[in-house]
Amino acid sequence: MSQTSANMNDLKINIPGELDKHLLNDFQYGFPLESRPFKKIAERLGTTEDIVIDRLQELQNQGAVSRVGAVFRANSVGASTLAAMSIPENRLEDIAAMVSGYSEVNHNYQREHHFNLWFVVTASDEQALNAVLDDIEHRSSLAVMYLPMQEDFHIDLGFDLKWT
Amino acid sequence: MDMKVRHRHPPLPKQAILDDRDQALITLIQTGLPLSKTPYADLGKSLGMNEDEVMSRLKCLISDKVIKRFGVVVRHHELGYRANAMVVWDIPDDIISELGSCLGQFDFVTLCYRRPRRLPEWPYNLFTMIHGQDRDDVLDNVQLLVESCGLTEIGHKVLFSTRRFKQRGAIYRKTGMTD
Repeated sequence: MSQTSANMNDLKINIPGELDKHLLNDFQYGFPLESRPFKKIAERLGTTEDIVIDRLQELQNQGAVSRVGAVFRANSVGASTLAAMSIPENRLEDIAAMVSGYSEVNHNYQREHHFNLWFVVTASDEQALNAVLDDIEHRSSLAVMYLPMQEDFHIDLGFDLKWT
Repeated sequence: MDMKVRHRHPPLPKQAILDDRDQALITLIQTGLPLSKTPYADLGKSLGMNEDEVMSRLKCLISDKVIKRFGVVVRHHELGYRANAMVVWDIPDDIISELGSCLGQFDFVTLCYRRPRRLPEWPYNLFTMIHGQDRDDVLDNVQLLVESCGLTEIGHKVLFSTRRFKQRGAIYRKTGMTD
């Protein structure tokens, strides 16, 4: 589900109910790898399997949950890189849309810097990755700064959400 | 085109050995588990695998660290974490592992990668993604990192995102599916 030109301030927040909070927070890692995982979760939360599945479906429909599944280590399958471009303000919109148009681009953000467009390119191998970067340079006539990951220091245990 | 970066072939981290059945499973699972009572059995049906094979292959992918985390993947922005900044640091090469490990343990740091410098225009070699409920929250977190990991002498830059043009899970292989 891609968000096209979502302004950072124009989306509403739904404060989740207690069950939703637990579903969002408690199973970001260590999800049960057994035949009936949602039943296991329901037992831990004192509810039913059907309710867990319904709530997760609803959270996914709302966009609060991207998916229930795997986060892959960068470059463990396929090839990927962070890339940045320095784009004149009056061309930013068009070039950002062009970059987003590649199925290989999965994140694309404007950031406050002279390098003002930052995106992640992911492809089946390095050759395919380079082809996309070259194509973007060719179509924009601008340089792409290419910053592949060299080492990952992050221990991914999810993110502790806080509601106020 | 002065900044054009050549040499696009740095050594990649060692890749795990994945057979065809792993690859097929990875392709299928990229958009998430089906939200059904027996998601592993249902995934297996289209792969010609039984439920036990799906689960044991996933366990191996997790223990081999091909899968970094397996569970509910949330969208921070939709949950009220509206500010995110890429905070980049210029760390001397001989202490980057030590400081990278220090930064990588905080839960509000959702990515912590070493990447190459691109001198002269880009001196930063450690990239962290910091989320917060608003800008001040992000900046407080950055300050906490500076104090906790002893980074007062280290140059850094906070790049807030101002617009999200696209965000979705990575798709590594063509499947004809979108998420």
